[in-house]
Amino acid sequence: METDLQKNLNLDPKNNGMKAEKSLSPFQLAMRRFLKNKLAIIGIVILSVFVLVAIFADQIATHDPIQYNMTNIEGKASSEHWLGTDRSGRDNFSRLVYGSRISLTVGFSAMLFTVLIGVTLGSLAGYYGGKIDSLIMRITDLMLILPFLLFVLTIIAILERINITIFIVIIAMTSWPNLTRIIRATFLSLREKEFILGARSIGASDFRIIFKHFLPNAIGPIIVNATLMMATMIIIESGLSFIGFGIPQPTPTWGNMITEATNLRMLEGNPEAWLPPGLAILLTVLSINFIGDGLRDAFDPKSNY
Amino acid sequence: MLGKEKLLEVRNLKKYFPVKGGVLQRTIGHVKAVDDVSFDLYEGETLGIVGESGSGKSTLGRTLLRLLDPTDGQIIFQGNDISKLSNRKMRPIRKDMQMVFQDPFASLNPRMSVGEIIEEPMLVQRTLTRKERKDKVIDLLEKVGLSPEARTKYPHEFSGGQRQRIGIARALTMNPKFIIGDEPVSALDVSVQSQVLNLMEDLQDDFNLTYLFIAHDLGVVKHISDRVGVMYLGKLAEIGPKHKIYDNPLHPYTQALLSSVPVPDVERKREKIKLQGELPSPSNPPKGCVFHTRCPEAHERCRVEIPELIHQGEEQYVACHLYTSESDI
Repeated sequence: METDLQKNLNLDPKNNGMKAEKSLSPFQLAMRRFLKNKLAIIGIVILSVFVLVAIFADQIATHDPIQYNMTNIEGKASSEHWLGTDRSGRDNFSRLVYGSRISLTVGFSAMLFTVLIGVTLGSLAGYYGGKIDSLIMRITDLMLILPFLLFVLTIIAILERINITIFIVIIAMTSWPNLTRIIRATFLSLREKEFILGARSIGASDFRIIFKHFLPNAIGPIIVNATLMMATMIIIESGLSFIGFGIPQPTPTWGNMITEATNLRMLEGNPEAWLPPGLAILLTVLSINFIGDGLRDAFDPKSNY
Repeated sequence: MLGKEKLLEVRNLKKYFPVKGGVLQRTIGHVKAVDDVSFDLYEGETLGIVGESGSGKSTLGRTLLRLLDPTDGQIIFQGNDISKLSNRKMRPIRKDMQMVFQDPFASLNPRMSVGEIIEEPMLVQRTLTRKERKDKVIDLLEKVGLSPEARTKYPHEFSGGQRQRIGIARALTMNPKFIIGDEPVSALDVSVQSQVLNLMEDLQDDFNLTYLFIAHDLGVVKHISDRVGVMYLGKLAEIGPKHKIYDNPLHPYTQALLSSVPVPDVERKREKIKLQGELPSPSNPPKGCVFHTRCPEAHERCRVEIPELIHQGEEQYVACHLYTSESDI
């Protein structure tokens, strides 16, 4: 990369940038800036570790994470149970390993689903304007004035029994308004650009204008917000699991593990039971936020947050 | 111009933008950006449209291409009224009329390579194979004075003048008959301006193009136009052959506009006509002649009666009560 850059700097002015080597698109330039960001790279390394743990959970875990053993509850760390056991005698280390799978799956799927809804509605509102815009924005406002936590708790309480899929859908259905507004605002700022008029003047279809001209120019805000949203989703999942409204036991999630340790005995005597899942949440969210900040700086080098 | 085919006829074209206000977003008025404009455009000629900021010249260009829907009036392009066609019916016509935009930094999609930008009209109109499209892109790049290697580059790697050449290449892709230049050189350095203007003149001969050239720079318009139209507050004040407009301007506004052009000659004494006041708001234009509030020659009739465009010899038309009609258009 360094040598590539050197070559670019040694441009012959007479050549006027007409060099033979491949030129980089704005996206490639952003990626190049991103890879220079040290914190973002640290974030990627840490997140990769968690992703690998999640993928190879079957090999890494020493026990079945949902196998209870009432003869060995709230056990201390030992050679058999590295991080001790919880209130039902399940192996904490194995639960920690499998918990990464749940947290990352929930975070990623909920983010993807939210982005899908947010980008679709935001694009429609920003592109067509008028009545469609008013309708979508009023629904968005309606969603935004509902207190998120109470709303989610109510839905989960009504549904009584929930699984991971339903949980992801609930989170996505309640998280899209912010992204919708961001996408709409981006579209509105692009709408007055002359290249959009140019596309119209050649008779391009709405579909083509949205996918070829609007979305590629909105990719920066979309990626940045999607990444930061993934961190939020993981926090939400852990938080809801912690207060008992998330993924139900005995599914191993980091939030569930901390719940298991919410009594004075374990808080004082078994820090190995609640410290690792807490740290895991902290590190995952922190590394995703580093990546998100790195992406924001890469896509919008002019802003200084 | 007599004896030439009419490419475009504009009849009483109006474009009003609604002004919304209040809690219910009701329409409380209109900005009359283009108000009752009529003119003809002949094949192969260049009509320059001049006017100050806010006179509606850009809106006129965009309305002619149906990038904006006209409020009223007719746009007759090659014998067909296109003012009310649906988007679908407009598509085949769009390849005959193209636009070169003002801002070379906003008119090219930064995420598309130059090749993709120039190729896009062909993709939309679905007329050529991949190989033909590629050859055409290279051909067009050479025609506008860029190297074929520019194809794989992105707009951010080019200067303003080069970008404007790319914009011109895109406009030429479908072999249009009619190109609207919406201040195509006003964002460029003077030295680059002349290059781009000369390129546009050369291409006009090569492709047999008709230009509607919108500008606020009277020198540029004088250089490139055959005929010139002067717009003021959404209306056409005067239109006629270039030499008539520049040598014998009839409308007081045209006279004032031309007297403001600096002449590089210290000997020459000139009388500068200074206009009083500001350009009135197009949402609340003056009654009668829109120019009467600033016109040095205004009299009672100007305050009540809207002047029509009247013929004043050799294809020159003026909308002013100072002149009496020879014959109506």
